[in-house]
Amino acid sequence: MLSRRNPQLNQHGELVHLLSIEGLPRAVIHQILDTAGTFLSVNDREVKKVPLLRGKSVFNLFFENSTRTRTTFEIAAKRLSADVINLDIAKSSASKGESLLDTIANLSAMHADMFVVRHSESGAPYLIAQHCAPHVHVVNAGDGRHAHPTQGLLDMYTIRHYKQDFTKLTVAIVGDIVHSRVARSDIHALTTLGVPEVRAVGPKTLVPGDLKEMGVRVCHDMAEGIRGADVIIMLRLQNERMSGAMLPSAGEFFKNYGLTQEKLALAKPDAIVMHPGPINRGVEIDSSVADGKQSVILPQVTFGIAVRMAVMSTIAGNNA
Amino acid sequence: MSTLHLDAEALYCDLVVGVRGLLQANSALVGIWSGGAWLAERLQQDLKLDGEPGVITSALHRDDFDKRGLSTGAGQTKLPFEIEGRHIVLIDDVLYTGRTTRAVINELFDFGRPASVTLAVLVDRGGRELPIQPAYSAARIALDAKRRLSLARDDSGRFSFNIEEGD
Repeated sequence: MLSRRNPQLNQHGELVHLLSIEGLPRAVIHQILDTAGTFLSVNDREVKKVPLLRGKSVFNLFFENSTRTRTTFEIAAKRLSADVINLDIAKSSASKGESLLDTIANLSAMHADMFVVRHSESGAPYLIAQHCAPHVHVVNAGDGRHAHPTQGLLDMYTIRHYKQDFTKLTVAIVGDIVHSRVARSDIHALTTLGVPEVRAVGPKTLVPGDLKEMGVRVCHDMAEGIRGADVIIMLRLQNERMSGAMLPSAGEFFKNYGLTQEKLALAKPDAIVMHPGPINRGVEIDSSVADGKQSVILPQVTFGIAVRMAVMSTIAGNNA
Repeated sequence: MSTLHLDAEALYCDLVVGVRGLLQANSALVGIWSGGAWLAERLQQDLKLDGEPGVITSALHRDDFDKRGLSTGAGQTKLPFEIEGRHIVLIDDVLYTGRTTRAVINELFDFGRPASVTLAVLVDRGGRELPIQPAYSAARIALDAKRRLSLARDDSGRFSFNIEEGD
């Protein structure tokens, strides 16, 4: 039986779906990060595979395109020995008019054990979690502007890896925050883990003032936003929104909010630079910073596989 | 009240002798987390073996994953040496069904192909569910299936046994 308060947890408080970081207890987050540490070391073995999901079928349902996220979920599931089926729904049944729940019912009849769902509509993974059979688990791989919890968790893994203690950190999230499900997941995770100062940095059009209610300090000035920061999370400026009224131009954005070596010098000398990818060089981040010694963008990708293994094996072992 | 008295320190002294008899050139100790890892740590010193012993956990190969989920806080396998071609001596505190040993052997082979694997334990409590036998056990006892037996280590490093009544 699912908990009424939080549909991701069962009545014992164990994680059975991962839908959002919002409402996850701190202990559950730490447990996933600890488990991810175990899986990271699997890469050092001669056999880079563990049998926890042997005989289980993981369906990657991507209603919205994402090569990178889908690939890391696929690698994670395969390293857990699951059978992985990738469905590019954008090109198949949904475009023929099948409803989301009919798609799920059909795939369940094919004995799916886990759905990894990306959807442009916020809440789609919740709907699936509410309607699937009790033994089926759902992972949200990004829904609308709402949440991208595995990205949030891999960001936390990265921060913990380099900075250890969350309770003394200043973390600046820079860029297009209003459209970013990554930012939302990161903010929930950072505040749950006790980070004393989380800053949202960007122009007024992209950083909503009501973020203050989430315990975030809003900065429209880049220098103020990254000064003294331990961690800088750059977000992708979504090119598709560039033509609208949100921003004058990419060049203008880079001038004010693009992360260059000069601006990075305002942060702590040992600050790390993160980015969920794909990066737009010269739009939100300068090449010399993206490739520089403070950048941990590529380790994030490696950690992402271990974190997704941790999430999938944790929920698969807990019963609704 | 338990009438069972197991002197873990006395049994450990026997284990030192027993494990010494199992060692060959190229042997390496690997302790099964957590009790076995404590034993291996102390054996490594008392047997004057070079380097650190290995630590191994059954967490990723357990056969009860579907029922009990991922065991959390089960430590992490750390093998600070190549296992290829080595004579591995697995150390555990209590041998019971043999399922942990089976899982640990699978885990071990994910790192390479040892020349041989043997098992030495402090206590063999019977109740085997798999064809696994230790090469050495310091004690053999019969214990009701409901009772749980595990090794404890105090701050000074001394061993004792915990016996709990199960459900």
